[in-house]
Amino acid sequence: MISLTINGTRTQVRKGTTILQAAKFLEIPIPTLCYHPWLKPFGACRVCVVQVQRPHGYELLTACNIPCEEGMIVQTDTEPVRQARRVVVELMLARWPNVPVVRKLAAEVGLEKPRFISEMRDEAPDACILCLRCVRICEEVVGACALGYEDRGIKRRVVTPFDQESEACVACGACAHVCPTSHIRFEPEDYRGKPPEFLLGPNTAIYVTTPQAVPKVPRIDRDACIHFKTDGCQKCVEVCEAKAVKHEMTDEELEIEVGQILVATGYDLFDASVMAQYGYGRLDNIYTALDIERMLNATGPTGGQIRLKNGRPPRAVGIIHCVGSRDENYRRYCSRVCCMYALKFAHLIKERCPEAEVYNFYIDMRAFGKGYEEFYSRVLHEGANVIRGKVAEVVQAGWSKQDEGTLLIRCEDTLIGKFREIPVDMVILCNAIEPQRDAERVARLFGLSRSPDGFFLERHPKLDPVATSSDGLFVAGCAQGPKDIPDTVAQASAAAARMLATIAKGVVEIDPVRAEINEEYCSGCRVCNALCPYEAIEYLEDRKVSRVNSALCKGCGTCVAACPAGAITGYGFSDSQLQAELEGLLTVR
Amino acid sequence: MNQQARFEPRIVGFLCNWCSYTGADLAGVSRMKSAPNLRTIRVMCSGRVDPTLVLRAFQLGADGVLVAGCHPGDCHYQEGNYKAMRRVLLLKRVLRQFGIDERRLRLEWISASEGEKFARVANEFTEQIRALGPLQAEAAPVAEPELQLEEVRV
Repeated sequence: MISLTINGTRTQVRKGTTILQAAKFLEIPIPTLCYHPWLKPFGACRVCVVQVQRPHGYELLTACNIPCEEGMIVQTDTEPVRQARRVVVELMLARWPNVPVVRKLAAEVGLEKPRFISEMRDEAPDACILCLRCVRICEEVVGACALGYEDRGIKRRVVTPFDQESEACVACGACAHVCPTSHIRFEPEDYRGKPPEFLLGPNTAIYVTTPQAVPKVPRIDRDACIHFKTDGCQKCVEVCEAKAVKHEMTDEELEIEVGQILVATGYDLFDASVMAQYGYGRLDNIYTALDIERMLNATGPTGGQIRLKNGRPPRAVGIIHCVGSRDENYRRYCSRVCCMYALKFAHLIKERCPEAEVYNFYIDMRAFGKGYEEFYSRVLHEGANVIRGKVAEVVQAGWSKQDEGTLLIRCEDTLIGKFREIPVDMVILCNAIEPQRDAERVARLFGLSRSPDGFFLERHPKLDPVATSSDGLFVAGCAQGPKDIPDTVAQASAAAARMLATIAKGVVEIDPVRAEINEEYCSGCRVCNALCPYEAIEYLEDRKVSRVNSALCKGCGTCVAACPAGAITGYGFSDSQLQAELEGLLTVR
Repeated sequence: MNQQARFEPRIVGFLCNWCSYTGADLAGVSRMKSAPNLRTIRVMCSGRVDPTLVLRAFQLGADGVLVAGCHPGDCHYQEGNYKAMRRVLLLKRVLRQFGIDERRLRLEWISASEGEKFARVANEFTEQIRALGPLQAEAAPVAEPELQLEEVRV
């Protein structure tokens, strides 16, 4: 530790601490300009001069880059210091009379007008004052070295290499961030005047994905992070007090040994653009349910407001049920959740855009759960229109100016037996719930069966709806079939309880269906050895017979059927048992 | 009604526990109509079906035998159904030598979700056996074609 005195106050600092840092610690103000806490001290502007006592007088030194010395006596506000600062600021004021930071400094040292006239006078309020923070941050922090300076003395200026658009620039905006005069600004063309969410993508390289994210930790976007481009920066590492940011972390594959597995891999959504007649991806203002869900979210891009592409609220919204579900051409099953969320949309749109007409186009209204029918009638009372009939197509309405941007829904209203054309300016498609695209692969991986609709098959539709045909393997949620949140919670809880029951018991009961080899009859031919898919049959060299490892054996009986000597008994399904069964079956006429 | 008008064949079905038996169960749960002529025996895997069991069934008077397992690649025991397939193909040749029409033995892949396929197979197979007539009627042995070595290698 080094002890020194600043303005009569004694203090102790660590070796290597600059005078500026020590003063800051004592809350003694020293004006700065080219100094920036992220950057190495540079000492270019000389605004931070302080007076340091020496044996034969005093010295004026810059506080930002001079380290503290033992027994140092520092004065920050003596007449020589004030005078030196005033001259420094006066020279700057002469050259850049309208730059706010310079004017502020001038006011601090009591200057109104410079005495000098600068031949380099620049009256712009955002003139470059040559603090070179931009050049330094680009080199020291970002590591891109896309900026430099050329010439000397009063002709010095900040430039890119050869004064041309620099390929080294990673467009991180760090230079603009540290520029004290806004001489460098960072404004991507599309950015101006738009809320950041409309840029469709993270605006910073490190962010929390959603406000409700679990676990609520930020993630680093490798494509945007400066560190991964230039190996520099790592400012987030410096500011994180928990030391939680680690750029060197990579994706890891972990092998975890478990006794039971719950397959809850969820669902995918039917690609609405496949049904070209509904115009998704082709016409404006046609959204899928998930798009609208995002729009209705208070943290979403519109802050929960329903808006058309032109920014206005819609006058009429059409909600089309069963897009891809209950359709012989696509998915035959009912997706189960759409009717209710479509009614929820109708309710929320009515609430947020009371002027808007809402039309629900349905095949059958399936309000199947507790309180659902009541909600349906409530939405009807709120004035939502429901039309029973499958929509034929959605087209652009008319060509006149007033029709611009509006859509026409063509459908049959089966309750009045008429074809109808309904003008709307927004369409919401309730697309079908589908099995995950990789369900086939997952099924193979776990040895799961799939029902004809592609979802994972439960052991029994009524008596065992959470287990699968493999012991210790359970399914829950939309991986097993379309279902809403209450049903998913119920099924997942049931599966968890089943798994916990096994854990609590501590022992696993295995089927007594096992194979056993009678060593007396075994000739040691080893036919069974190769047949066993579990390699449960070992050959005993010394006794020249095979033996079944009953812990590995799953009881399929392949070896029983193959044994030429009939030496293998499959318990539960032995030859004599099956023969007796046969005789029983065939003696009855 | 004439009691002797219709021949009701007796068919034994060996169904694997995981796919075909569950499929048959599903057919029942789904109230699908399937021929009662198919009398089922549950085995853990179609790979358990010993050829001697099939022959014994014929010996005991079955008019047809169905062996049903999981679809290829879906076997609960990884590959038991492939073994069933090998055995059935060989067994068909043996049956021919015995003078039994090989159509009386049928191998089908019926998954746990294919209740409808189970009912269809049961009905189809019953009709087929009905058309073939009782097994005992096949008194005259079928002329045995000379076996080619290539054919046997399955």
